[in-house]
Amino acid sequence: MEEIMQIVKDLDWSPLFISLKTGAAATFISFFLGIFAARKVVKATPGKKAVIDGILTLPMVLPPTAAGFFLLLLFSRRRPLGEFLFEQFDFKVVQTWIGCVIAATVIAFPLMYRNARAAMEQIDMNLVYAGRTLGMSDTKIFWTVIVPTAGPGIASGTILTFARALGEYGATSMLAGNIPGKTGTISQKIAMVIQDGDYLTAGIWTAVVMIIAFLVIFLMNLISGKKMKHIGRW
Amino acid sequence: MAVTVEIKKKLDNFRLDISFRSDARRIGILGASGCGKSMTLKSIAGIELPDEGHIEVEGRIFFDKEKKINLKPQLRNVGYLFQNYALFPTMTVEKNIVAGLKGSRQEKEARVREMVEKFRLQGLEKRLPGQLSGGQQQRAALARIMAYEPGMILLDEPFSALDMYLKDQLQRELAEMLEDYRGTVIVVSHNRDEVYRFSEELLVIGQGEIEAAGETKEIFRNPVSREAARLTGCKNFSKARRIDAHTAEAEDWGVTLTTRREIPEYTEYIGYRAHDFIPVWDTERTGKNRTDSDGSPYGSPCGMLPFELESSAELPFEKNYYIKTKVTVCWFVQRERMQELEEKGMPDYLAFDEEKLLFLR
Repeated sequence: MEEIMQIVKDLDWSPLFISLKTGAAATFISFFLGIFAARKVVKATPGKKAVIDGILTLPMVLPPTAAGFFLLLLFSRRRPLGEFLFEQFDFKVVQTWIGCVIAATVIAFPLMYRNARAAMEQIDMNLVYAGRTLGMSDTKIFWTVIVPTAGPGIASGTILTFARALGEYGATSMLAGNIPGKTGTISQKIAMVIQDGDYLTAGIWTAVVMIIAFLVIFLMNLISGKKMKHIGRW
Repeated sequence: MAVTVEIKKKLDNFRLDISFRSDARRIGILGASGCGKSMTLKSIAGIELPDEGHIEVEGRIFFDKEKKINLKPQLRNVGYLFQNYALFPTMTVEKNIVAGLKGSRQEKEARVREMVEKFRLQGLEKRLPGQLSGGQQQRAALARIMAYEPGMILLDEPFSALDMYLKDQLQRELAEMLEDYRGTVIVVSHNRDEVYRFSEELLVIGQGEIEAAGETKEIFRNPVSREAARLTGCKNFSKARRIDAHTAEAEDWGVTLTTRREIPEYTEYIGYRAHDFIPVWDTERTGKNRTDSDGSPYGSPCGMLPFELESSAELPFEKNYYIKTKVTVCWFVQRERMQELEEKGMPDYLAFDEEKLLFLR
């Protein structure tokens, strides 16, 4: 026990903050992108729908390392896009915190998109029609009627996205690497200390990650549960 | 007040081809489910796009394929009452009413207060639609539409989701609330009672085409088309052979009908409403004008059907008898008339009243 306390006392907490920051940023980006993509896909023709949906869902079914490989191909400074971003905007992705965010976003995004889409597809089209005949613009209908009505689905999508982004490992390790204090996330830290045979530190980090994940889901359930209670499906 | 609608649209299993013009303030559209009547209404509102045609309401062109006009639904100023009311489930009654309103906050608030009062929603302003009863939801939906001051109101099957008890009450309420509304109201329904109650002019639609159009009462009295007769509630049909201007053979019933009024040349079918049969007993077959038990004349019989009972069914307020001919003939007897049957027993014949015969295409 004393040993554990000692380790905790001397622990470098940077992986926690890097993970939280990455998770929050990736969730924020996925939230809007996911809802936006869901809207586009719901409105698309069946053929287009199948293709776009396939592409957007791919990162979820692909091994994260494969996704990481594609991201490297895209953002490496030896590739056109990476070179362009660096030369023009001094913008580096590989081996930076931005890389962490991009990797986590790409991997977690499908969860947001799929949940939002499923929730939107459940929505009664008459609500949209009613909004239109009442003179509301489509954008207004979307943000004031559809998104709140799809609330429970969007909320659960957000939770899952955050949880997934928080624990992302494969793509992150390839795109951002494991630079302590910069791109070293909790999951990378766990993998690293395990390699050194330090099971105790690995265990502590695992406990930390479990507590965060549980807290987030618990809180979100609490909030959305309260808010949704009164929303009957007319 | 004038509405002109000419639309064509290819649907899954038939073609919608509707064309009508009306100056009436209350227009009804009657048709079986899936006949295209809802599509017609949605096209007027602009939430469905016809393939071809022209829609004009009070001089404003909503849609014209040739002139490439297609006014956005937001600009048509048409109030649409959906069957499920389509109240926004996450918004309170108040927010629902305000949702489409433009103007300053004070203006909006004043408008909401006015509507809340008019539609008797006091105390319900902060409730969500899920916490309202069916009647309250209807009032809230109507308040939302009226707040927006629509130039026209479309009612899409407004009562079909309700149970019998609520139905009558809500119909009464709706009629009352629409009483002082000056614009055109179009009500779509598959229920003949509803359209009869709400419309001055009626359109009967069957499989995407107009079967009958005109004054509501006149269509119920003389539907002319078989589909229109069926939709207005006629139960009995027989193929008819017109022998001369005053004689026709109803082949499926095996009866020859002789009438004083002229039988139209187009007659291919004869229809007869189940409530209109006159029971005749052998002992009374004198041919004289008989009278009902309450003294009212029974009409003028013009042909008789031997009463051969196939089956019967008892309902709360009437009894249905099914009589055997080549096709089954329905005879519905209302409770007030049951007494006579109980006294005299089953009739030997059912007579047709010539005034009530429907000559159909």
